Amino acid sequence: MIDWQPLWLSLRLALITTTILLLLAIPLGYWLAYSRQRWKIAAEAVISLPMVLPPTVLGFYLLLAFSPSQGFGRWLDHHFNIRLAFTFPGLVIASLFYSLPFTVNPIVAGFRTLPADLRNASRTLGKSDWSTLVRILLPNIRASLITGAVLSFAHTIGEFGVVMMIGGGIPGQTRVASVALYDEVQSMNNGAANRYALVLLAFSFIILLLVYAINQQTGKSKTML
Amino acid sequence: MTTTDPAPDNIAAVSRPFLQFKATKTLHTTSGPQLLDVRFELAKGGKLAIYGPSGAGKTTLLRILSGLTTVTTGYIEVDGEVWLDTTRRIDLPTRRRSIGFVFQDFALFPHLTVRQQLEYALHKTTDGKIVPELLALMELETLQHLRPALLSSGQQQRVALARAIARQPQLLLLDEPFSALDDEMRYKLQEYLLKIHRHYKLTTLLVSHHLPEVLRLSDKVIVLEKGSVSREGASSALFFAPSQDHASAPFTTVGEITAIAFSEGNYIITVLCADTFINVALTAAQTAHLQIGKKVQVTSNDFHPVISPLV
Repeated sequence: MIDWQPLWLSLRLALITTTILLLLAIPLGYWLAYSRQRWKIAAEAVISLPMVLPPTVLGFYLLLAFSPSQGFGRWLDHHFNIRLAFTFPGLVIASLFYSLPFTVNPIVAGFRTLPADLRNASRTLGKSDWSTLVRILLPNIRASLITGAVLSFAHTIGEFGVVMMIGGGIPGQTRVASVALYDEVQSMNNGAANRYALVLLAFSFIILLLVYAINQQTGKSKTML
Repeated sequence: MTTTDPAPDNIAAVSRPFLQFKATKTLHTTSGPQLLDVRFELAKGGKLAIYGPSGAGKTTLLRILSGLTTVTTGYIEVDGEVWLDTTRRIDLPTRRRSIGFVFQDFALFPHLTVRQQLEYALHKTTDGKIVPELLALMELETLQHLRPALLSSGQQQRVALARAIARQPQLLLLDEPFSALDDEMRYKLQEYLLKIHRHYKLTTLLVSHHLPEVLRLSDKVIVLEKGSVSREGASSALFFAPSQDHASAPFTTVGEITAIAFSEGNYIITVLCADTFINVALTAAQTAHLQIGKKVQVTSNDFHPVISPLV
């Protein structure tokens, strides 16, 4: 039989990560899309780093940061009694970094494809930037928001390197599906490994199918404009 | 750079024009940097057309008025309220300026129905009754639950116009509002605009490079060329000034040269006036200063038409 706990843990991690990321990525994406500050390209590069960096690099530095024996980790431990290394909250924070570009980039692209006069029109109607964002911009980049959410969700489910570095595979805490699969292979349980692999494969396929379906839908509605 | 004199605070409020505009800004055009240096005034309820070739800075003027573009130096006052004064570092954000802006490409909100577009434009203080009123006036009632994607460009234009008026702004700004439309639709929409103007008496600024439109829709024109006002005045006087040569001209119209042909010793000049073509035979000497695309005045003097260039 398959042990559902790792899959459930993966799902929980992905849900929490995606929710927080959406809340972070909207203001961040708005700033990246519309700010004229020159150093925002540096911010863009930093945000996109996890897309090209080996996950183990990110995991390694997070592990250093989380370590209760020094710096930030010690400060957290000392003042708040919080430990992030080898814990579920630590995994959530790592996933936020790891999946950030997958949420932010579609949202930035969405904002940038909107005609500038849409925003200007709302302003000339006396609306604040907040009203313009909530009532005009966000409804018109709905597809980008969904794409960003789905991608970060899927990407978090597929996370392995980072989790290996900072999670340590504690059952019920940090032993997510991808790690469980690895452990089963390590202990020659190819049958169990195959079940995890199949579930993850099917899941990834469905997610991608969903993303392309959304893109096709918005493609259609674009030509109607 | 010109020096800006301080705001004329000492002038009595009675003598103050409704709109005072003064701005300088460096424009970056395809032919290099160009200084925009414009000042004008407009009375309440007036209809001003800003006319001139493309690239003269017409649209920039409207954007400066709306606060969508920054200036080097500038002063804008509307109905006694200072919107912009670079010497005193006053610069009201767009949302605090009481304007209705009709964009060249309409800029309708794709996700809202016609009615929702107008409702979005309402403010807490504006009377919601204006929405059904505008829908009726612009003949949009049957379309009110449709989204912009399903509307023709003429219908979209009417929605854009209605939306700009819904908040009952102090200034109505129109940026080449009819350029995306064919002549017939253009004419019909001008009717709507005139209707709106009669009804709401809005002070209106229209940017256009279409002469018949300017003449129909404005009572005052400023001609903008290379960033500065080359001529200004009442539209009728500006374009129909009876010249010395044909003071008794019984018939005058304006248009744009669409073709120049040579036939039997004469040049045949075709001029498009509103929706009609007029052919005029001229000698080579008379044709020398005319080119296709030139805006001209056609004067019929004792069955002998004369073409003279405008602007």
